[in-house]
Amino acid sequence: MKRTEHSLPRATLLKSPTGIQGFDEITAGGLPAGRPTLVCGSAGCGKTLFGMEFLVRGATLYNEPGVFMSFEETNEELIKNVASLGFNLENLIEQKKIVLDHVHIERSEIEETGEYDLEGLFIRLGYAIDSIGAKRVVLDTIESLFAGLPNQLILRAELRRLFRWIKDKGVTAIITGERGEETLTRQGLEEYVSDCVIMLDHRVTEQTSTRRLRVVKYRGSLHGTNEYPFLIDETGFSVLPITSLGLEHIVSSERISSGISELDKMLEGKGYYRGSTVLVSGTAGVGKTSLAAHFAEAACKRGERVLYFCFEESPNQLMRNMRSVGIKLEPWVQKGLLQFQATRPTFYGLEMHLAVTHKAVNTFKPDIVIMDPINTFILGDKEYEVKTMLMRIVDFLKGNQITALFTSLTSTESALESSDVGISSLIDTWLLLRDIELNGERNRGMYVLKSRGMANSNQIREFILTDKGVKLREVYIGSSGVLTGSARLAQEAHESAGLLKRQHEIERKKRELERKRIVMEAQVAALHAEFKADVSEALKNIETEQDTINLQKNDRINMAVSRKSFVEKSNKKKHIKL
Amino acid sequence: MKPMNEKSDVKTIKKRAPKTDDDKWVLRLYVAGHSPKALTAFANLKKICEEQLEGKYSIEVIDLLLNPQRGMEDQILALPTLVRKLPVPVRKIIGDLSNTDRVLVGLDLLQVG
Repeated sequence: MKRTEHSLPRATLLKSPTGIQGFDEITAGGLPAGRPTLVCGSAGCGKTLFGMEFLVRGATLYNEPGVFMSFEETNEELIKNVASLGFNLENLIEQKKIVLDHVHIERSEIEETGEYDLEGLFIRLGYAIDSIGAKRVVLDTIESLFAGLPNQLILRAELRRLFRWIKDKGVTAIITGERGEETLTRQGLEEYVSDCVIMLDHRVTEQTSTRRLRVVKYRGSLHGTNEYPFLIDETGFSVLPITSLGLEHIVSSERISSGISELDKMLEGKGYYRGSTVLVSGTAGVGKTSLAAHFAEAACKRGERVLYFCFEESPNQLMRNMRSVGIKLEPWVQKGLLQFQATRPTFYGLEMHLAVTHKAVNTFKPDIVIMDPINTFILGDKEYEVKTMLMRIVDFLKGNQITALFTSLTSTESALESSDVGISSLIDTWLLLRDIELNGERNRGMYVLKSRGMANSNQIREFILTDKGVKLREVYIGSSGVLTGSARLAQEAHESAGLLKRQHEIERKKRELERKRIVMEAQVAALHAEFKADVSEALKNIETEQDTINLQKNDRINMAVSRKSFVEKSNKKKHIKL
Repeated sequence: MKPMNEKSDVKTIKKRAPKTDDDKWVLRLYVAGHSPKALTAFANLKKICEEQLEGKYSIEVIDLLLNPQRGMEDQILALPTLVRKLPVPVRKIIGDLSNTDRVLVGLDLLQVG
């Protein structure tokens, strides 16, 4: 009987959304409603702010008024401190959404003279809660009581009673605690508050600090167990539940131009897939940034939004440099389609970079994100961490259907195909830029190392930076290897000279033929003439002969007539015989 | 030891006792309802005042259960708390006032040592 009664509410543990970006995702809904939660951490890690944002969001987003009981900062200080995060506490206090209560204990003013309890605190808190119908309470930092009140036994017993009382009141409470040497909190508050414990951390590694948050324990609920980086900036807290992302991106088959028509031709004539990840790697000075700038410009021309993270150059320097190759980015910045985010990789820790990236992407909502270059991160941190960070970025961008272009500097010593940061497996389209040294000069070559989901060209193209942008030329591949630059030009000149020569040869041959034909025709004409002449000669001879014959015959007849040797008939016979 | 202390007590009290009627002691006792602690504290206070400040004091008992907002002014956390409003400076004494010596020290009626 008893068991069934208990199982029902346990199955549906009510949660109180904090409204803190990302936090509700890792705790699957927020803090346990109607229970106290311990938020602990060292000094300056953001405990007070966490509590304050919980109250402010509760008051503004969820219509749950809250009481902030501060044992350290005065009300005025609190109002001022959180104003820098965009919270207008005075307004909320006026609207009776929030009550600030500063509890001041001065050890020197207090004399202990026997039995006492902390009923005064209970009454005070209860009064504050009832005055606005509060659903949320923050006690910051209750450990100050240990400094103010001498009798620890009473204090501990009273704290236990306080947390019980809070539960009975049904308010969702945050109790902050200073981190102790061995324990989560200096005074061991975790003994009393055991439903949910959140640890905030502010760590400095290699001179860069990162804030991290971890849900140490959460009774009756699933929660993310990792350390999550978080940010505190002008819009408050944001926790990044990045590791919770899976491989369930929506896939687009839309294609977008790379901004270079010759490159598009190498990629089935259409360019990259939308939402894919493009890596441009290569040695120093091969034109990675130019390629990225082309892509950015083309996207802006299509009216898409581009977020450009530059980690090595300032935006102005980058724009100036790109102007020299005919890419004008300023107009797009002015139109608000292109936004630069320039930070040194060493400026924050990796997690912070990730957090900043998230935030920038969420606010700017770009279609395309460019990071130039990614491998500078390695300077500050370990390769593995860089890889996981980039993986998270890639996942995040893919999940949002954002096309990403990363550039990566490859050192000349290592193999070109291995990208420093080891993210090649995450990349959909990988363009490799390499320099080709030949005949005392250095030229750029480019090829598509891989491109998932398309039949890409396998050719190496020569990559030329002109004042009208990047041009890709087919390189000369001959018996002596790949020719680029002036060698290619020379080869081309050589080839065209050869061609000319051949053309001349053909011309000459044609003329020869013509001449021969004319000669032949002349000969034919001459033969004709000769034949004609012969024919007429022959006819003439024949005639002459006939004449002679006729003449002789006539002579004979005449002679016979004169001799009267035969009659007319025999004349005929004789003529036939003849 | 103890008799000597008591002797000096008397001395100090005499020295520190209010000189004129204007120099009245204003005391506030914060309690929560009629709890045993509250009753003990009030009885102890009454006794001490009668002994040390005869006719020169006023005691205001504030029940925070009835008037919770009044606790703010004197930053009351522990109950019962006795606050000496006058003469200044304000002093706070927490507990049921069963330790008379400490009450006297707390009220500045007795200098330690």
